[in-house]
Amino acid sequence: MDKELQSFLVEKARKVRLGVIDALGIGNRGHVGGSLSCADIVAALYFYKMRHSPEKQDDPNRDRFIMSKGHSVLAQYAALAEAGYFDKKVLATTKSLGSLLQGHPERQIPGIEANTGSLGQGLSMGVGMALAGRMDGLDYRVYVIVGDGELAEGQIWEAAMAANHYALSNLTVIVDMNGVQAMGRTSDRYSIANIPGRFAAFGWKTFEVDGHDVADIAGALDRASGVRGCPTAIVARTVKGKGVGFAENTHAYHNNLLTAEDREKAIASVMAM
Amino acid sequence: MEKVDVMEKTEKVEKKQEKNPRTAYGLAILELARADRNVVALDADLCTSTQSAQVEKNLPAQYFEMGIGEANMASVAAGFALCGKTPFIHTFAVFATGRPFDQIRQGICLPNLNVKIVGSSEGLSDFGDGATHQCFEDMALMSVLPNMTVLAPVDAAEVPKVVRAAAAIQGPVYIRLNRNDLPLLTDESTPFEIGKPLVLAEGKDVAICVNGVTAGMGLAAREILSGQGLEARVVNFSTIKPLNEKIVREALGGVRALVTAEEHSVIGGLGAAIAGCLSKAPLPTARVGIADRYGQSSHSYEQLLEHYGLTPEAIAGAAREILKA
Repeated sequence: MDKELQSFLVEKARKVRLGVIDALGIGNRGHVGGSLSCADIVAALYFYKMRHSPEKQDDPNRDRFIMSKGHSVLAQYAALAEAGYFDKKVLATTKSLGSLLQGHPERQIPGIEANTGSLGQGLSMGVGMALAGRMDGLDYRVYVIVGDGELAEGQIWEAAMAANHYALSNLTVIVDMNGVQAMGRTSDRYSIANIPGRFAAFGWKTFEVDGHDVADIAGALDRASGVRGCPTAIVARTVKGKGVGFAENTHAYHNNLLTAEDREKAIASVMAM
Repeated sequence: MEKVDVMEKTEKVEKKQEKNPRTAYGLAILELARADRNVVALDADLCTSTQSAQVEKNLPAQYFEMGIGEANMASVAAGFALCGKTPFIHTFAVFATGRPFDQIRQGICLPNLNVKIVGSSEGLSDFGDGATHQCFEDMALMSVLPNMTVLAPVDAAEVPKVVRAAAAIQGPVYIRLNRNDLPLLTDESTPFEIGKPLVLAEGKDVAICVNGVTAGMGLAAREILSGQGLEARVVNFSTIKPLNEKIVREALGGVRALVTAEEHSVIGGLGAAIAGCLSKAPLPTARVGIADRYGQSSHSYEQLLEHYGLTPEAIAGAAREILKA
């Protein structure tokens, strides 16, 4: 990846993180950790890989993105605002009564493709979208971000079987493998080891990337879209809370608030990345 | 209010028309899918039981086998709907509503997606398989979900109308289907409209509210009551939701009491829906249905219906009691 594109994406990822902090506000609990861990992936999707446009939201051939780990939608809201789907000022209203931006993704929000939040369902929705695209002879691609903790949901593996059965090469799952779930480290709480091996065993072509290296992510997305005959899984090693020092690698900030002072520190931390 | 002379029509049509609701369903979904290539059928390894096999056989490009995975099937259907398709998902009623309840709630009803859920082998109609495969909760589970329409066709002749009406709605619809032959009480000319009850027979003393298999029983109960000097109106409710007070009152106007009869738990089904509509000024109502309990195996559907208290005699008895009260 050329340096210019790389720094463009790094800046977009920074804007996504700042948007997450905006959406979180001061004194309101929100899912900051998981939103920050997938910020670089979300930036690579919206500002590098995906064919999409806020001016053509109903384009039947747009690429689809589903945030299956719906609590991390703050990153998606930030990316959508950055891409022009709605005014950035709306971010600050997130989760307030009557706001467009709900605690979990809902379809009435511009750019949101599916309702998620009850974990484990987004990959199945992606299977439906991929099947529909094939049926219509459209070449759009479907991207689904899941969490590593989310992989405990059995439905993920029902969807993995379905995608393999139908050889959905137009479907890519990206695992935001931040290693931390709501109650602690995933390895301690509920073992979900060898994620690439699990997807491979289900017939998926798998890639492993540094989930905070936009060039690495973008490269894997490009390789995934070239795969024929099977679905693709990109397992991204990430850090929960990435970019906000005090929130990194801890479940304490899975769903937590920022004080006014925290907010300043968080912004400074993201600016220093 | 629509009225038909059921007894007369039954005689005329009985010999030539399909009496099995699921067979009628297979033909109806095939016809719909032929007319609209955006209609897709999904099934969880029961396509010959549910008769979605008609689509698989005749329009294989519009059929998607989902394996024995109902939760995935429901969410895949949401994905199809989000891309402009009209998915019909199929399995037994118990697996269509209970198992993927969360997928239906979160992924289909909340965003008001155009997914049709077809629950086959409802109630006791899968008599041999016992409690795990019988379902008295489906109307309750589906009715409680905002945006959901809940339909229970009265006979095989009504099935195609129900399927077409469901397809014409932009939103989720649940259709419950009986596995076994049912008496033909309507024909092609009988009107069907979502939300409107159908008076199957007139009477002024008591109204017997029915749907599905209890419709024929209600008419037989009316005959029993007639021999005892009581005039029963029989009103069929193929729509459980949405129902509104005005229309229900209109259909039930003038009688002194009601009996509701359903092949469903007495909690949360037809009786509850009608009681809800009339709650501001209720009529004395007896509710015949499955008591708060599970099913069991039997070699005969009729034997099982009788065991669970769903018979014309039970309905007529409930009517006499409530009129005395």
